[in-house]
Amino acid sequence: MNDNIIEEVTGSEYKYGFVTNVETETIAKGLNEEVIRAISAKKEEPEWLLEFRLQAYRKWLTMKMPRWAQLTIPEIDYQDIVYYAAPKQKENKDWEEVDPELKATFDKLGIPLSEQMALSGVAVDAVMDSVSVKTTFKDTLAERGVIFCSFSEAVKNHPDLVRKYLGSVVPYTDNYFAALNSAVFSDGSFVYIPKGVRCPMELSTYFRINAQNTGQFERTLIVADEEAYVSYLEGCTAPMRDENQLHAAIVEIVIEKNAEVKYSTVQNWYPGDKDGKGGIYNFVTKRGICRGENARLIWAQVETGSAITWKYPSTILKGDGSVSEFYSVAVTNNYQQADTGTKMIHIGNNTRSRIVSKGISAGYSSNSYRGKVKVVKGCQNARNYSQCDSLLLGDKCGAHTFPYLEIENPTAQVEHEATTSRIGEDQIFYCNQRGISAEDAVGLIIKGYAGDVLNKMPMEFAVEAQKLLQISLEGSVG
Amino acid sequence: MNGLEKINADFATLFKDGREQLEAGCSAVMNGCREEAFEKFVQLGGIPQKTEAYSYADLVPVFDKDYRVVLKYIPQNVDMNEVFRCSVTNLVTHPILTVNGRWFDGNVEPELPEEVVICSLQEAGMRYPDLFLRHYNRYAPKADQDGLVALNTAFAQDGVFVYVPDEVVLERPLQIINLLRANADLMGFQRNLIVLGKHAQATVLVCDHTLSSQHFLMNNVTEIYLDSGARVDYCQVQNQYAGAAQINSLFVSEQRNSAFESNIVSLYGGFIRNNMYVSLNEEGGSCDLYGMYIPDKKQVVDNYSYIDHIAPNCTSNEHFKGVMDDSSLANFCGCIRVRPNAGKTVAYQANNNLLLSDTARINTKPQLVIDADDVKCSHGATVGQLDEEAMFYLRSRGIGREEAKMMMMFGFAHDIIRHVRLEPLREKIDDLIDKRLRGELSRCFHCTLPCRK
Repeated sequence: MNDNIIEEVTGSEYKYGFVTNVETETIAKGLNEEVIRAISAKKEEPEWLLEFRLQAYRKWLTMKMPRWAQLTIPEIDYQDIVYYAAPKQKENKDWEEVDPELKATFDKLGIPLSEQMALSGVAVDAVMDSVSVKTTFKDTLAERGVIFCSFSEAVKNHPDLVRKYLGSVVPYTDNYFAALNSAVFSDGSFVYIPKGVRCPMELSTYFRINAQNTGQFERTLIVADEEAYVSYLEGCTAPMRDENQLHAAIVEIVIEKNAEVKYSTVQNWYPGDKDGKGGIYNFVTKRGICRGENARLIWAQVETGSAITWKYPSTILKGDGSVSEFYSVAVTNNYQQADTGTKMIHIGNNTRSRIVSKGISAGYSSNSYRGKVKVVKGCQNARNYSQCDSLLLGDKCGAHTFPYLEIENPTAQVEHEATTSRIGEDQIFYCNQRGISAEDAVGLIIKGYAGDVLNKMPMEFAVEAQKLLQISLEGSVG
Repeated sequence: MNGLEKINADFATLFKDGREQLEAGCSAVMNGCREEAFEKFVQLGGIPQKTEAYSYADLVPVFDKDYRVVLKYIPQNVDMNEVFRCSVTNLVTHPILTVNGRWFDGNVEPELPEEVVICSLQEAGMRYPDLFLRHYNRYAPKADQDGLVALNTAFAQDGVFVYVPDEVVLERPLQIINLLRANADLMGFQRNLIVLGKHAQATVLVCDHTLSSQHFLMNNVTEIYLDSGARVDYCQVQNQYAGAAQINSLFVSEQRNSAFESNIVSLYGGFIRNNMYVSLNEEGGSCDLYGMYIPDKKQVVDNYSYIDHIAPNCTSNEHFKGVMDDSSLANFCGCIRVRPNAGKTVAYQANNNLLLSDTARINTKPQLVIDADDVKCSHGATVGQLDEEAMFYLRSRGIGREEAKMMMMFGFAHDIIRHVRLEPLREKIDDLIDKRLRGELSRCFHCTLPCRK
C-alpha cells in the first residue's frame, strides 16, 4: 500500500482541542482530607456523603496503583492535580443566564444547549470540568416522572434515591481509581426512570475538560425501575495540552425486572500529539447490574481518544434470564495505549451475554482487549459468545487479546474466538480493480469491519462515530 | 509467619546450609548458576502467588507439606528395571530411568550411533564442558517471571542429558521414565538437557510414575535445543499417584527450519502444572503443541504455554482439550507473542473443555500479544457440553445414552491423541483414556501400586 496515504491520514488534527476562556473557580492543588471537605462544602453536601468520601479516601490511601494492564503509565503525582474546577456562573440556570462563552463552547462542540436548537429528541447534561453547566429538557422529562439532572442536584433534590444506589454497583473499595473517584468526585449525571416508563427521548451527557492541571472525576448513576427503558449517550472531549490530565470516572447502572438500558459512549478525549505528548489518562470504572428478571443492558462504545485508556464496562447478570451485550470499537493511533474490554458475571439462571470487540491499531500504538466471562457455580444454562478481532494498520503497532474464561457450572456454554490480521493486499487489490482508490478501499474495509458495532449505536451517534473513525485513522493506513 | 513466608524462609536456609552437599558432584557451570538463580527466586517473591502466570494455581497447599529434600544420591537397593515395567506392548525404545529426579545408576547403556550421548547431567557437565556451557541454563531464564524455574536452577543436581550430533537420526524413541519412590514425603528438582545438532532427529517419550504412596513434589525443568533443520517429537504421559504434585517446565529453543511437536497427556496426578516455553528464533521454525487433560476427584491440572515468535515465517499451532469431572480444576493459559519483526507468522491456538459435574471448574486464558502487522493469528476457547444433536443422532440409531456419551467423549479426546506418532503408544493412551472415562482403572497393566485408593 501507498506510504503517502498513511502520512496524509495521520496528519489530521484533533478538532476539539481549543480552550475556552472562561473564568474558573478552582481550589488549590493537592489531595488530602481538607480538600475533600472543601469539595463537599462547595457542593453543600449532606454529612453522609462527606463521610462516604472520607471513607473512600482512607481506603484509597491503603491501595496501590494496579500494574497488570498492558500499559506503560508514567508515575502520576496525585498532589499535582486540581480536584475541583468550576466555570463561574450565576446560580440561576435558565438558558438565558448561561455564560455566552460556555454556550459558544458547546455550540462549537456540536452540542447546542438551547432546547430550540437541540438535536431532536436528545436531552443533554453538559458537564464542564467539575460541574454540570446545563441540563436540557428537564421539564419535558419530568412530566413522565423521569429524573435527569446533574449529580449535585440529585443529591439535593433526591437524596433518598442517591443514597440508596450510590456505591451499590461500584463500591468505593472496588479498585484504586474507584476509591479515588469516590473520594473526590465532583459532578456527573443522575438518571431515574420510574416503573413502566419508556423514556421519550435519548438522554446524553457531554463531558468537557477545559481548565488546566485539573482532573475530571465525574460519577454517573442510572437507575431503571421495573419495565423501564432508556437509551443513554455519553461523549467527551478535551483541549490540546502538552501535559497529561487525569480522568477517573465511575458509571453505575441499576436495572430492575424487565427493564432495559442502552449505554453508548463516544470517547474522544484528546489523545496527545503525533509524538505521544500530552493527552488524557482515561481510567474509568463502568458497571451495571441486571438485578431483576429479564433485565437487559447493552453497552456500545467507540473509543478513539485518550492517551491511555483503561476501561472495562461490565455487567453483573444477577436476575434470571437477564441479557447483556457489549459492542466496542477501539481505535489507537500514534502513541496511544488502550487496555479495554468487558466483564460478564453470570449469576442468574438462563443469563446470556454477547461480546463483540473490534480493535484497530495504527502508528506506534498498543491496543489490548481484556475481558472476563465468569459463570458461578449455581448459575444454570448461561450462554456467552465473545468475538474479539484486531486489525493492524502498520508494523509498529501492537494488538493484544487477553480473555479470561472462568466457568464453574457444567451447563454453561461459553465460546471465545479472536483473530488478528491486517487488511489483506488482495482485498485492496480487489477494490482497486473496481476503480476504488486505496484509501477509499481501506475506509470501506474498516467500515465493514466495525459495522457490527456501529450498527448498535443510536442514530445520532452512529454518524458521528463513523466520522470519528475516519478522522482517527486518517494517515495511518498503509 | 504465614505458610508461604515459612516455605520461602526454609528454602533460604536450605540453600545456605546445604550448599556444600548441593554442589558436590556438579560441574562448575551448574554451580555457577545457583547464586544468581536463587537471588532471582527471592527477588520474585519466592513461590509465585497471584502472579499473572499462576493466577489460578494455588501453590501454597502444594508446597506446604513436610517434604524432605535429599541433596545427595541414595543408591537404590533394588533393580528398578524389575520394579517398573512399561506396559505398552510392541513399543521398542531406549529406556532411561530416573529415580526421584536423579539418573538411576543401574541404567543399561543403550546401543546408539557412536557420537550420540545419553548420560546423567552431572556426568555431562564433567565430560563435555564446552557443550554443557553452551546450552546449560541458556533457555530456562526465558521464564524471567517464574520463581519456580529459578528455584530449579538453584537446586537442580541431576537429570538426563541427551546429545544427538548433526545429521544423526535416532530410529528408536528415547524413553525417559521418571520414577518416584521414597519412604518419606519428598521434594525433588530434576533438570534435563536435550541438544540436537543440525538436521538431527529424535523422538522423546517421557513417562511419570510413582512407586510408593508418599507425597511427592517434583519441580522439573527440561531444556531442548534444536539446531537448524532438527526435529523433536516429544510426548509426555503423566500418570501419578494422587498425592504427587509435579511442576514441569519445558523450554524449547528452535533455530532455522527446525520442528518441534509435543503431546502432553495428563491422565492422573494430584497437582500437575506444565509450563511450555517455545522460542522460534530463526525463520522457518514450526511448533505444534497438543495436550489432553482428564482430571477427576480433586485433581488440579494447569497448563501454561508461551510461544515466542521472534523470527519471521514461523508457524505455531496449539491445541489443548480437557474433560473435567468431580471436583477437579483445570486451568489453561496460552500466550502467543509475535515480536515486531516476526512478519508472516501463522499462529493458531485452541482450547476446548467439557465439564461433566456441578463442581468441576475450568479457567481458560488464551492470549494474543501481537506487535507485527503481517500475521495471521487466531485463537478460540470453548467450554460446553456434548452436542445435543450428535447425541440425538447416536441415540436414534439405538445407542444408549451412556454409551453415546462415552463415544462422544472418546472422540473428543481422540482428536488430540491422534497426533501421537508412535502407534503402540497412541493405542495405549486411547485405551487408558477410554478406561479412565468409563471410570475404570487407568493404571498400567503390570502396575501393583494402589494409586487409586
